[in-house]
Amino acid sequence: MAFEGLAERLQGTLNKIRGKGKVSEQDVKVMMREVRLALLEADVNFKVVKDFIARVKERAVGSDVFESLTPGQQIIKIVNEELTALMGGEQSKIAVAQKSPTVVMMVGLQGAGKTTTTGKLANHLRKKHNRNPLMVAADIYRPAAIKQLETLGKQLNMPVFSMGDQVSPVEIAKEALAKAKEDHHDYVLIDTAGRLHVDEELMGELDEIKELAKPDEILLVVDAMTGQDAVNVAESFNERLGITGVVLTKLDGDTRGGAALSVKAVTDTPIKFAGMGEKVDQLEPFHPDRMASRILGMGDVLTLIEKAQTNVDEARAKELERKMRTNELTFDDFLEQLGQVRNMGPLDELLNMMPGAGKMKGLKNVQVDDKQIGQIEAIVRSMTKAEKEDPSILNANRRRRIAKGSGTTIQEVNRLIKQFGEMKKMMKQMSGMQQKGKKKKGGLGGMKFPFM
Amino acid sequence: MSFFKKLKEKITTQTDSVTTKFKDGLTKTRDSFVGQMNELVKNYRSVDEEFFEELEDILISADVGVHTVMDLIDELKDEARRRNIKDAKDIQPVISEKLAEMLQKSENESALNMQETMTVILFVGVNGVGKTTTIGKMAHRFKQEGKSVVMAAGDTFRAGAIEQLEVWGERVGVDVIKQQAGSDPAAVMFDAIQAAKSRKADVLLCDTAGRLQNKVNLMNELEKVKRVISREIPDAPHEVLLVLDATTGQNAMSQAKTFSKTTDVSGIVLTKLDGTAKGGIVLAIRNELDIPVKFVGLGEGMDDLQEFEADQYVHGLFADVLQEAEELAEED
Repeated sequence: MAFEGLAERLQGTLNKIRGKGKVSEQDVKVMMREVRLALLEADVNFKVVKDFIARVKERAVGSDVFESLTPGQQIIKIVNEELTALMGGEQSKIAVAQKSPTVVMMVGLQGAGKTTTTGKLANHLRKKHNRNPLMVAADIYRPAAIKQLETLGKQLNMPVFSMGDQVSPVEIAKEALAKAKEDHHDYVLIDTAGRLHVDEELMGELDEIKELAKPDEILLVVDAMTGQDAVNVAESFNERLGITGVVLTKLDGDTRGGAALSVKAVTDTPIKFAGMGEKVDQLEPFHPDRMASRILGMGDVLTLIEKAQTNVDEARAKELERKMRTNELTFDDFLEQLGQVRNMGPLDELLNMMPGAGKMKGLKNVQVDDKQIGQIEAIVRSMTKAEKEDPSILNANRRRRIAKGSGTTIQEVNRLIKQFGEMKKMMKQMSGMQQKGKKKKGGLGGMKFPFM
Repeated sequence: MSFFKKLKEKITTQTDSVTTKFKDGLTKTRDSFVGQMNELVKNYRSVDEEFFEELEDILISADVGVHTVMDLIDELKDEARRRNIKDAKDIQPVISEKLAEMLQKSENESALNMQETMTVILFVGVNGVGKTTTIGKMAHRFKQEGKSVVMAAGDTFRAGAIEQLEVWGERVGVDVIKQQAGSDPAAVMFDAIQAAKSRKADVLLCDTAGRLQNKVNLMNELEKVKRVISREIPDAPHEVLLVLDATTGQNAMSQAKTFSKTTDVSGIVLTKLDGTAKGGIVLAIRNELDIPVKFVGLGEGMDDLQEFEADQYVHGLFADVLQEAEELAEED
């Protein structure tokens, strides 16, 4: 990651004041400066940061930070708590109108991801809420925007209402509502054109659509990478239209996403969804608490655990664990594990979610290449059944054949066999350790990363 | 005030229309930025810690980036001490001077590396920054200059992207080489190069799908696209332009770094500078990565893509200050 997390930043300061025994008010000031910089680097608006720091400082001075043996931890705790409070506690749900259809209007700047989000939201409503939404293509300005929504509709096999780009968006909205009632759609998602918040004419058009469609939900789509300007954008849209929620897009990038905090602070409306990828099913509910640690650069453990849980089969994990304990692990199991980890998403993404991964030497700049895994798979698949079960029979002749079969070199095959042996050894130790840990407090169970 | 005079002289030799466009496009940026700056000078009579803290906030609010701001503030503090500046009014020109210095490293660096035969320009960037729109505008620009242009629809992933480029092709009157959605972008590039060669085109503009810079697979795909282009024409692509959204915050730095690593970015196109985004990111990128900004997008029209000129940019940014300086000069 490009930026160090808050914990690391504070550590640097703390190293300087260590040995002084007690922390002075001046030291707290220095630490507050670090917090401020961390937030600014994460793109939180400077005004929001100012208020925030004032609040944290007040709490820090009032509490026992001075007496604490771990003042850094105390500060982080206060910062994290305040941040989570500011982000809003519970995640909220999308509105449902008393009388069908529920009208949702999508607004935002150009390139924020409105059209893609409209498609994702339609998919979400159908899949998770069993609804029957109608998407409305009201972006008549950008070339092929209507086509984009229509293509999404085709991919999802869901209806899209459009009247071409020669009809005014207000008219389109009107016709769309009539059509939705006629066809008994329970949700209408209006995709409006991207516009600058300072564009009077186009903002007026949104007013008109709002007036006519009386939306139950106006979602502001915000790019998570937005900088200081997020505040101006959110403020203008909110003052003009009264938004009811925010969708944060492109959160699968490596941005810290301070814009989330800025937008939340100025509009005081909940962030309802987060766009986590380019595919239509990658729209996820927004978790305020997780966002807090992300902004602080402290990793996202919860998402990692969740990913692991949805992707790892419990029964198989148990069987694997037994094999590991008894040292019966074969190349077949290895392959399966590889597949499972792969299912969880790109490896570097997983690494980024691990707290402290950035700190680990060697891991910091390592490019975890998914292609390499493909190569490993090829090698293992070139082995015979007997070889997979008992790697010890792999003599030079066999290794040469495997290298040829997998399109790799003998050196690479050798390396893998060696690594596998070492991994087996390590796993035995690890599972032994876990066994002991389990007796105490349960542990995570079933989560193993053979090569991390 | 000699700095402003020099700046003014330079600018008057350039066409008025360009200057106006820059001024208009940057109105929002200038209003807030310079407005804040003036207020700052008014509020703080003397140059002290508080003054610098406030200045820090103003620069940060322009997305300049924490590191760059810190550097700048340190330099200014030194300068103030050295020149013994006490009055806030006197430090203002020094601030503008420093900013301009940071942007202007050498002349003509915004010029494109045009070839005698065919020039290949590759456009890269994250999702939604305006790559396709920029290519459309760029095609229009080259067409105006009397060059023959071919566009390659390399965004085979996003729904409607190919159609979007085709609409631009019709508008501008330029051929678009495409395959169907979902095909290999490197294959599209191969086709486009062959087509452009046989049509003896002067310029080939290559669109690519937006990708977040932390997706290793997608970055590898981009590398392949570039490799295929280089294989067909040895020193191509002659320009790799990274399209950046002016509203993007600190992540723009990460984008510039990663895209540079994969594709050797030769210049930046800064889009959407006509909103309230302050474009301060230009300073940060220049300072930390030394990639020149070559073009700026100042609006939605076909003509709203301008060659970046630091002079013009600073002029647009400081038009108010400039006027004040002139008035002062007249009074003398």
